Amino acid sequence: MNVASEKRGFALPGDPIASNVNVDPRSYLYVYKIDNTIYAAVPCMYEITNNVLKVIPLEGVYVPKPGDVVIGLVINFVITHWQVDINSPYIGILHASNVLGRPYNPAKDELKDYLEIGDYIIARIENFDRTRDPVLDIRGKDMGRITEGKIIEIKPSRVPKVIGKKKSMLNIIKNDTNCDIVVGANGRIWVKCPNKDLEDIVALAIKLIEKEAFLPGLTEKVRTLIANEKHERGLL
Amino acid sequence: MSGKKPPFPLLKDGKRHDGRGPMDLRPIQMKVGILHNADGSAWVKMGRTEVIAAAYGPREPPMKAMILPDRAVIRFRYHMAPFSTDERKSPAPSRREIELSKVIREALEATILTHLFPRTVIDVFAEVIQADGGTRTAAITAASLALADAGIPMKGLIAGVAVGKVEGQLVLDIDQVEDEYGEADMPVAAIVGLRKIVLLQLNGVLKPDEFLKALSMAWEGLKRIYELERSVLGSKYKGV
Repeated sequence: MNVASEKRGFALPGDPIASNVNVDPRSYLYVYKIDNTIYAAVPCMYEITNNVLKVIPLEGVYVPKPGDVVIGLVINFVITHWQVDINSPYIGILHASNVLGRPYNPAKDELKDYLEIGDYIIARIENFDRTRDPVLDIRGKDMGRITEGKIIEIKPSRVPKVIGKKKSMLNIIKNDTNCDIVVGANGRIWVKCPNKDLEDIVALAIKLIEKEAFLPGLTEKVRTLIANEKHERGLL
Repeated sequence: MSGKKPPFPLLKDGKRHDGRGPMDLRPIQMKVGILHNADGSAWVKMGRTEVIAAAYGPREPPMKAMILPDRAVIRFRYHMAPFSTDERKSPAPSRREIELSKVIREALEATILTHLFPRTVIDVFAEVIQADGGTRTAAITAASLALADAGIPMKGLIAGVAVGKVEGQLVLDIDQVEDEYGEADMPVAAIVGLRKIVLLQLNGVLKPDEFLKALSMAWEGLKRIYELERSVLGSKYKGV
């Protein structure tokens, strides 16, 4: 049976997608294989290029991947590390040395001097393989504790829609509102705007994208929403 | 299956008491994404039987003691609302509800790819809003839709339907009256796409040839329910 006739498509759980193709390593969570046929395991879009199958899930939780930038919430700290909620089934571990940038000495350093419970952080997933909790790192440019702005939480599966093709959607929001936006791969979005009204407008735009992610004409709707809201609030 | 005589004929001129033929399903309605707070949810109405299901997860387990190192734990609760029946039902889980929760959980374990999310838990709740026979099959159908809506990886959608024996004749998708006064009730649930049965119970007596016929009738019903499930789920993504 060869069902790999189309290159792109939509599949529901249990639909055969293709036979005798290789699965992209990032897509193995969304498909399964019986004999040589690959079946979809979640509602998804798929794309086959050069005999490699890539799957974009339309629903689902965030599964950490090394290298992803995420926005986490510090929920606890123990003697050597913080525990960070990263909106995923697995809790993030932030080792003290990954904050201090030097070896950590429990006798000298107090963790709560650096990050408190309830702090939001922008972090990168350093390591993760599902048998152990993901290890985070906040060293680097534009990373670390968030001190201002607003956090908006959406479904992680809607993140690609907020970013858009070649960041098109994100750039529309950024340019129309003059806000700084960091989209975490885990569905948390940090927004910093010149004023509170613009922050609210960005929140409304992002919530609209989350709600109408699969309906046509989304870009135009977002543009209209931002323009209308700005007009109503007297920002134009 | 009380053994009592029905108050009115269950089968008359080849038609059942509600006017359906032996192979007719009750009118079915389904919706997905009806609950805001759940990761995935579904509502299934088969005739007068109504079930809401909600799926959560994979998420961090509430107790570390319950985790499994190699796969996700599935918890399923089948529950009938106190107002779902003629006489008020006590909201405490009954023996029947505990048993149904177990068999449906085992049916769901056959379709969910639990090995993909070790050390997590997947919760599914099915609440019977109105009971008129076939609640377990409606619950498993709703649970399967809720799981798909939550994006929990699964081998395929499950559909469920019951076949009964009424006045000596096999009939598809029995309701409360046919269940109560009929001679047999056989709920079947399957991953239709893979042709795999995940739940099969039989209450009453069927001869071997009747059993085989009942199973093939159930398949016909399951295929129709499965198509409906697919179209309901697919319509959510019609813009992609």
